[in-house]
Formats: sequence, C-alpha cells, structure tokens
Amino acid sequence: MTVPVLAALADSARAVAHRRSGGACVCGDGGAVLADRADASVVRHGDVVAKAHAPDTDPAELAVRLDVAARLPGVLLAPSAPGATRLHGRLVTFWPHGTPVDRDDPDSAPWEAAGALLARLHAAPVPGTIPPMRGPAKAARAVARLRAAEPHPAAPPVLRAWAGLPPWARDEAAAPGPLALCHGDLHLGQLVRGPDGHWLLIDVDDLGMGDPAWDLARPAAWFACGLLSPREWTRFLDAYRDAGGPAVPAGAADPWPALDVPARALTVQTAALAISKAVAGRRALDEVEQALVDACARMSGVDVRPPELAPDATK
Amino acid sequence: MQCPKCHAPMHTYNRNGVQIEQCSGCRGIFLDYGELESLTRLEAQWGQQAPPPPAPPTAPQGYPAAPAPAWGAPHGGHHGHGDHYGHKRHKSFGHMLFSS
Ligand SMILES: [Zn+2]
Repeated sequence: MTVPVLAALADSARAVAHRRSGGACVCGDGGAVLADRADASVVRHGDVVAKAHAPDTDPAELAVRLDVAARLPGVLLAPSAPGATRLHGRLVTFWPHGTPVDRDDPDSAPWEAAGALLARLHAAPVPGTIPPMRGPAKAARAVARLRAAEPHPAAPPVLRAWAGLPPWARDEAAAPGPLALCHGDLHLGQLVRGPDGHWLLIDVDDLGMGDPAWDLARPAAWFACGLLSPREWTRFLDAYRDAGGPAVPAGAADPWPALDVPARALTVQTAALAISKAVAGRRALDEVEQALVDACARMSGVDVRPPELAPDATK
Repeated sequence: MQCPKCHAPMHTYNRNGVQIEQCSGCRGIFLDYGELESLTRLEAQWGQQAPPPPAPPTAPQGYPAAPAPAWGAPHGGHHGHGDHYGHKRHKSFGHMLFSS
C-alpha cells in the first residue's frame, strides 16, 4: 500500500481513538503499522485499530460480514463502528485493539479457545443471506500465483495434489452440505484477547457459509505435515468436539474422513504460497516448507476419502 | 467455577456419562463425590469385556495417538515425541502457524 494511504489510515485511527476525548491526541502514540500486505493494511492508534480492506472487496458482502461480527459477541470481535468508510478508494473498518497470541511462545497458544470458538461459530444461527466462505477461493488464488511464478522443481507435486481435489475444494463448484457459518481463514493470528480477557476470532473478510471442516483444516494440515504435535492437535480437536462443533461426527474415533479434503487443500495452498515466495525471494525452501511439499507429493498416491463412505460418518 | 488450586476457570467434560471438571490453568482434574467410584466401576467393566493391550513403546510421555491421514508425514500422529517436535515446532510456529 502507498504511504499516503497508510498515513490517512493512521490519521483516521487516531481520530476514532480520540473521538470521545475531545479530539486532541495526548497519548503520544504515533500510530503503529500492524500489517501492510497486498490484501490488507492495519494501523493501530491507542485502543483503536483501523483496517483498509483489499482493493477488490465487495462493499455489500463486507457489510453483511461486519453485521455478523456485531451480532456474535463472545465469538467474533465486534467492530467499533457499524459500517465501513471509504479512504483513498479503499474500504476501511474500525475495531477495538485486542492482544494477539504470542508468536515466541508456542506453549501459550490457545488451542482450546480456538476449538471452542469455532464450534460456537459453526453452531451460530445465520440471519438472512450470507456470502460463501472464501476458503476455497483463497486456495485457488494461491495455486494461480504458483502457476504464474517461474518454474520451480517443487511445483509439479503441489499442482498434482491440487488436480486430485474435488471441484468444490478448488472453488469450481458449490460446497456440499451441510453448510455452516465459517471463518474461512483460521490461523493463530486470527485470535485476540478482547477487552474482558476472553479470546475472540478476528478478520471477517473470508467469513461465510461453507463446509465447517475447512476451519479445522489448517491445524489439521499442520498436524498431518508434522508441524503440530499430536498433543496440540488433540487439544484443539477435543475442545471443538466438547463444545459440540458440527464439522466432525461426535462419536467417530477418526475425524479424517471429514477433514481429508480441506486439509489437503490447505496443505496445497500453504505449499503453493511458500514456493511462490521462495521463487520471488530467490531462496531455497526451508525445512518446514519442504515438509508441506513432501505431503503434497504423497497425496497423489492416496485416494481422497469421501465422507459419505466413512464407516463412522453419522451425518 | 474456579480451580481450588490455581483459581483458573474450570471446564466441564463428559466422559462415559461422568462429569469431570478440568482446570484450564493447571490442567488438574477434579471429581465430585461418587464420580471416582463411577469411573472406577466403568473401568472395571471395560476391563472384563476386553483386557486393554499393553501401551505401545512408541507412545512415550502420554502423547495421544491421534489418527492421521495416509499422506501425512511418517511421524505425524503415530509416535510424536517432544524432542522431535521441539525442533521443527519453534521454526514453524511463529511463521507458518500465523499466516494465510
Ligand atoms: Zn488449576
């Protein structure tokens, strides 16, 4: 994003932060840039966070997603203001600041809270018409980026794994039911501690109706690729099941018939982005990125497990 | 309900029809009067039906043996070990587990 837009974003965050205190900034906070990516820029001032959404964001869909966030206290962080405003052609929203997960302390990761919050999101009543969850669209975009990048020896196994996925997981068909309200882009950066100390989900840009197993699929992919220990994976999954989450059958010992396709898609998405970044940065894949590519290579030899054929499936 | 030991919130789980309170802080498990007896009885019934096989030597330190997909990493879910994950875990945690 250009510097003028970042500056304008910082100005509006400061204006909202001091709206109730006479307008003058006395906190000495210069406005911290929390993120500045192609798809979003986020600036914090005091207790207020201003987010400029991706340039191609649909205003009507964002309005619906903001409305959902405002209606699910205790699950999603509610916006500070009801709608989005325009700033330099970008849609901008305002949020209370929350404390993120500590990236330097894997032991403090809130796996139980993540599982329980997703279970409550997936069980939430859906008011009116909600756009589709954008998880498959994000996976398809990552693969398109890989195809557009310079050739790389790790690309073919990733593209083969992608070709083996059913059309709905590649964003080429509607997701099979039953559908639920989904976050669409869950990772540990999507949890913050709200003002009352409870964990909440943030970032509604990809939220919508879809297969709820998609929200479990990134941790599932990390576990399958050996990046997340069985213990942490089990803490997350058990919390989700104990809170009544609908994505995996409650009584089934093996959740993988439900998780297989979304976890493959997230592995492909993550591997595709890793290769694209390695190509752009003219560097080799690191050990973690190679583990994702290796998992993609193994997928071609293993058939997709359809949930309806699973012996334990009760849906 | 608060943990009597560390005062963190307690979460209620249902195991075989028996309510179990587990502390979100110290992970301690608390049983009400009669619950230990119920669990012991269930365990005894289970033992009569089928004696549990001896714990496999490849699942040390109480790590649960979680089901994993056939395309997963060879170690994924089968014999996860603190040492093994300690290495890749720190490397992957801050960067891979926090991004889209
Ligand atoms: Zn405790």
